[in-house]
Amino acid sequence: MREKIVTKDPGEGIFPHVTAMAAILIILLSGSIFFVVLSGAMPALKKFKLSFIFSTIWDPVLDIYGAAPAIYGTAVSSFLALLIAAPLGVGTAIFLTELAPGWLRKPVSYMVELLAAVPSVVFGLWGLLVLAPWLRKGVGLFLDEKFGFIPLFRGPFLGVGMLTGTLVLTIMILPTVTAISREVMLTVPLDQREGMFALGATRWEVIRKVILPGSKVGIVGALLLGLGRAMGEAMAVTMVIGNTFIISPSLLSPAQTLSSLIVSEFPEAYGMQLSALMLLGLILFAITLAINIIALIMVNRSAARLKAGKELVPVQISMPYGEGALVLVKKKNLSKME
Amino acid sequence: MENSVKIVTEKLNLYYGNFQALKEVNLEVCSGKVTALIGPSGCGKSTFLRSLNRLNDLIDSVRVEGEVRIDGENIYDKSCDVVRLRKKVGMVFQKANPFPKSIYENVAYGPRIHGVRDKKVLDRIVEKSLREAALWEEVKDNLSRSALRLSGGQQQRLCIARVLAVEPEVVLMDEPTSALDPIATQKIEDLIRALKQKFTIVIVTHNMQQAARVSDITAFFLNGEIVEVGNTGLLFTQPVDQRTEDYITGKFG
Ligand SMILES: Nc1ncnc2c1ncn2[C@@H]1O[C@H](COP(=O)(O)OP(=O)(O)OP(=O)(O)O)[C@@H](O)[C@H]1O
Ligand SMILES: [Mg+2]
Repeated sequence: MREKIVTKDPGEGIFPHVTAMAAILIILLSGSIFFVVLSGAMPALKKFKLSFIFSTIWDPVLDIYGAAPAIYGTAVSSFLALLIAAPLGVGTAIFLTELAPGWLRKPVSYMVELLAAVPSVVFGLWGLLVLAPWLRKGVGLFLDEKFGFIPLFRGPFLGVGMLTGTLVLTIMILPTVTAISREVMLTVPLDQREGMFALGATRWEVIRKVILPGSKVGIVGALLLGLGRAMGEAMAVTMVIGNTFIISPSLLSPAQTLSSLIVSEFPEAYGMQLSALMLLGLILFAITLAINIIALIMVNRSAARLKAGKELVPVQISMPYGEGALVLVKKKNLSKME
Repeated sequence: MENSVKIVTEKLNLYYGNFQALKEVNLEVCSGKVTALIGPSGCGKSTFLRSLNRLNDLIDSVRVEGEVRIDGENIYDKSCDVVRLRKKVGMVFQKANPFPKSIYENVAYGPRIHGVRDKKVLDRIVEKSLREAALWEEVKDNLSRSALRLSGGQQQRLCIARVLAVEPEVVLMDEPTSALDPIATQKIEDLIRALKQKFTIVIVTHNMQQAARVSDITAFFLNGEIVEVGNTGLLFTQPVDQRTEDYITGKFG
C-alpha cells in the first residue's frame, strides 16, 4: 500500500516522525478528554446510578439530578430532524448525481458543502431571529388554533421550542446527509448503470434498481452520521429550543436537550451539579460515538467499492462534534488489458 | 435474412466539449453481417459504437451532429424514443457487467423492465436467450446462483443472453473478449458467427485476427475518421490506403 519515496531531502527523515507524534498527541488528547469527563461524572454516577436516566427532576437547590427530559428532548429533536432531512437529503443527492444537468451539479454540490461549514451559532441566530418569529406568527399559530386539541400541537407557542429546534437541526444535518449520500451514490459502478441503460431502462428505473440498492448501506450510514451530528449539536439548539426542563408531547412546547442543558448551566455549575452535567456529557459522548462508529463502518463499506478503480476519490466523513472531514480513498489499480 | 442496409451514419460528428472525437463518419452497416471496427486506441471506436444506441447521451459534455439512421429513422431526431431504440439496439461491454443478482434475474431483467410479468413467459425467454448465448447447458441446473460466481467467459455470455432477451435487432459489442482467455474467446467468437444469422452485429476489436475470423466487413478508424471500409478479406490482404496497411502490418497502434 504505502509507497517508498527515494529521495535525499533531509526533511524526509524527520517528516514521518513529526506526523507520527501529531497522531499520538491526538490520541492522548482524546483519551484525556474522555478521562476528565469520566472522572468528573463519577460522583453523580455513584450517587444517582441508573435513576439518573429515568428521573425527571433537575433541582440544583435540593441537589437532585435526573436526565430524562434532556434525553427525551435530544432523542425527539434528533429523530424528527432526521425524519425530515432523510427524504430531502437523499432526494437532493439523487438529483445531483443522476438528474441535474451537468452545469448545475458542481455549483449546487459546492453550496451544499458550504452549508456544512456555516458555524452553528449562525444557524442559531437565524433560527432565533428569523425562523422563530416567523413560526410563531405563521405555522405555529395556525397549528395551535386549528389543531391545538391534539396534544402534539398544544400551545401556547412562544416561537422557541421543540419545533424550532427540530427545524434548525434539520437544516444543519441536511448537508451531511446530502453530501455523503451523494458520495456513496457516485461509487455505484458506472458499468452497472450503463448496462441497465443499454437494456432500455429509464432514469427512474436505474435510480430505483441500481443506484438505491447499490448505495443503501452507505445511505443508512449517511443518515446515522446526520443523526450523530443532530444529537451532538449544542449551540444552535440551545438558542432556539426554549431550555425548559419538561417532557411535553407538544411540538410547540419549549424543551431541553442533553447538550443544551450542558451549555446553559455549565458556566454557573459547581459540586454535584457540575458532576451531573459531566454525566450528561458522558451519556452524549457514548451515544454519539456509537452512532458515528456504526455510520463510518457503513459508509466505508460502500466506499470500499472504489478499490476496483484507480484514482483517489474524496469521501466526506464527519467526526463526532466536528464539522466533518474530506478523506481521500485510494482506488487500486485495475490491471487493464489493452 | 437478406442483407439489406440496417444502419447508416451520415456526416456523424461527435464532440466531448471542445474535443472532436468523430469526424464526418459515414458508414453503412448491413443486416445479417458482422461489421468489425478496428483502429488504434483512442481513435473513437467505442465512441462511434455508443453513438449507435445513444449511450453517449449519458455524458454531459457530448454534442452530436449529423445523422444515424436505423431502418431509415434518424435516431437523433427529437421524436426518437430512446428506450425503444436501446431495446432494439443492444450492447455488450468490454468488461462483463452482470448485475449482482441471480443468473435468472440477470436475463429476465430486460424483459421485466419492458413489461413482461408472466412467470411462464419469462421462463421461456430466459431459457431461449441462454441457449442462444450458448450458456444454457452450463447453467440450467443452477439458475438461482449469483451471476458474479460465474467465470469471466460465462459472465460475458450471460451479458450477451441478457441483451438477446429483449429481442434486439442490432447487437453492439465493445471488445467483448479483451478480458477473456483464448478458450472463452473462441466460444464467444463461435457465438458471434452463429448469431449473425439473426442479428446485425457491430463489434469493436483490438485483435485483428479476431476481426478477420468473425467479421464480413471491416472499418478502419484513425483519429476519429474512417480511413477505409471494405470486405474483411480484402481489407486485410489488399488495403487501399497506406495508413491501413501500416496499421494491419503493425507499424503503429
Ligand atoms: N467521456 C469522455 N470525455 C472526454 N473525452 C473522451 C471521453 N470518452 C472518450 N474520450 C476521448 O475520445 C477519444 C475516443 O475515445 P474512444 O473511447 O472512443 O476510443 P477507442 O477507439 O474506443 O479506444 P480504445 O481502443 O482504447 O477503447 C479519445 O481521445 C478519448 O480520450
Ligand atoms: Mg474503446
